[in-house]
Amino acid sequence: MISRDDVAHLAQLARIELEASEIDHLAGQLEVILGAVARVQEVAGADVAPTSHPLPLKNVFRPDVIRPSLTPEEALSGAPASEEQRFRVPQILGEE
Amino acid sequence: MITQNASEMAAAVAAGEITSEALTQAHLSRIAEVDEKVHAFLHVDAEGALAQARAVDVARAKGEKLSPLAGVPLALKDVMVQKGVPTTCGSKILEGWRPPYDATVVTKLKNAGVVILGKTNMDEFAMGSSTENSAYGPTHNPWDLTRIPGGSGGGSSASLAAFEAPLAIGTDTGGSIRQPAAVTGTVGVKPTYGGVSRYGLVAFSSSLDQAGPCARTVLDAALLHEIIGGHDIYDSTSIDAPVPPVVTAAKMRNVKGLRIGVVRELGGEGYQAGVLQRFNESVEVLRGLGAEIIEVSCPHFEYALPAYYLIAPSECSSNLARFDAMRFGLRVGDDRARSAEEVMNLTREAGFGPEVKRRIILGTYALSSGYYDAYYGSAQKVRTLIINDFNAAFAQVDVLISPTSPTTAFKIGEKADDPLAMYLNDIATIPVNLAGNCAMSIPCGLAPEDGLPVGLQIIAPAMADDRLYRVGGALEAAFNEAWGGPLMNKAPSLTGGVR
Repeated sequence: MISRDDVAHLAQLARIELEASEIDHLAGQLEVILGAVARVQEVAGADVAPTSHPLPLKNVFRPDVIRPSLTPEEALSGAPASEEQRFRVPQILGEE
Repeated sequence: MITQNASEMAAAVAAGEITSEALTQAHLSRIAEVDEKVHAFLHVDAEGALAQARAVDVARAKGEKLSPLAGVPLALKDVMVQKGVPTTCGSKILEGWRPPYDATVVTKLKNAGVVILGKTNMDEFAMGSSTENSAYGPTHNPWDLTRIPGGSGGGSSASLAAFEAPLAIGTDTGGSIRQPAAVTGTVGVKPTYGGVSRYGLVAFSSSLDQAGPCARTVLDAALLHEIIGGHDIYDSTSIDAPVPPVVTAAKMRNVKGLRIGVVRELGGEGYQAGVLQRFNESVEVLRGLGAEIIEVSCPHFEYALPAYYLIAPSECSSNLARFDAMRFGLRVGDDRARSAEEVMNLTREAGFGPEVKRRIILGTYALSSGYYDAYYGSAQKVRTLIINDFNAAFAQVDVLISPTSPTTAFKIGEKADDPLAMYLNDIATIPVNLAGNCAMSIPCGLAPEDGLPVGLQIIAPAMADDRLYRVGGALEAAFNEAWGGPLMNKAPSLTGGVR
């Protein structure tokens, strides 16, 4: 059972300021979707190893060679706000 | 000239029968003429395309060696970055953003003299099966403008079927190249995971996403595959091995003695009658061409869809965290009083559409403590079982076949607010993404009940992409002979006159 409060909490974790109507709508839909996808538990026995990725890769290294990269201007070109060659962001810490 | 195949266009450019500039201009004119109805493109880069085309013409005049697709125009899915050209991923959160670099696929296309016409429409961040989730409005299927062109790469497939471009790039996380190909009567290939670089492809679900070629013929797709494929130092998951011999395979036109498996679980209930009819006829064509047909069972495929709708949302909830209003894209509510977190929350609320929010929330739930083992953990185990099913099947056969999509193109709006009904479109394509092997969709006729294209899916083991082209090429040749020409000859002109 997924409640309205659950969805509001999840939205907060996901950093999305959902409107009340969206929370109502999503709670109903998530209930249906979760009911359908929960079927994976039927065959996921303790003896089955999980797969997180199709390729069995570990620690892929390449030589540490200097290559051309973005200039500060290019890196900042899409920034909503910038200042002194840096991204300008809203305050992260409180006053204290 | 726009109805030719890409390989024919390239040959004409190489022979000096037409300039790339004129060829590009012809496609730009076609786009100007029909895209108001189709809406395949989100951005047309006429100036950039013509400059690329002129560069090919200059290189040819100098006698430089041209690549097999030099001078031929292409439509690029808007999920792939191209330096200086707007890239939105079909989302408001990236509206107006111009990437400062090229994706590796784009670099390879440019080096090969392929002319990039513009960026094609898609479901927002590639989440969807109809292109209706684009923040910029849906794309219309050129076969019937009231119907969907598939998704998420509906813009790419529609551009091919509308003769706005002979080549396109798509990306396939759960079927986003193959299902659009199926419902538009075009060819689409999801290469082996790691076969084409993901550098510069905006990530949705990193363990599933794969870029690939879209075209109107199997050979054209192979030529494009060869250009975009191969190892890339900028993508640590790209496979360090040569591209399988796809072009040679596309030209073989011989499936004698090949063992072809029909997957029992991908058919029957839930599949449209006309889709099954055309699929069954195709099986007989393959038998007639000398292939050995074997029925194969993949018992865990029925769990692929549920596993996918846990794994893909989980990975997307993490990947889309980068849209945080700090470094690029939209920023809402920054009044110098609100905190970074408040601005982030408001921006993501304003910038993401309903399906993206749904999947982020679903993924956040599946990954949250207390639910992780039951949902994400179980889905990862199903992934193992599906890989085991494929391994058992490929011990018996060389390739597998199935319908690509359970139905032909449905009406725009028909499934728009029923997520589960929408998700079912990918029931036959998803197992391949979970296992990381490769698959192709090719047209196998029109469904008798609605006259709309039906797609046939060919599936091969990882790094055996050439087998897709061998079967696809042979089947396409047999169909063209039986139909008296390609299926696309039957597509509507969109202008009332002769195309």
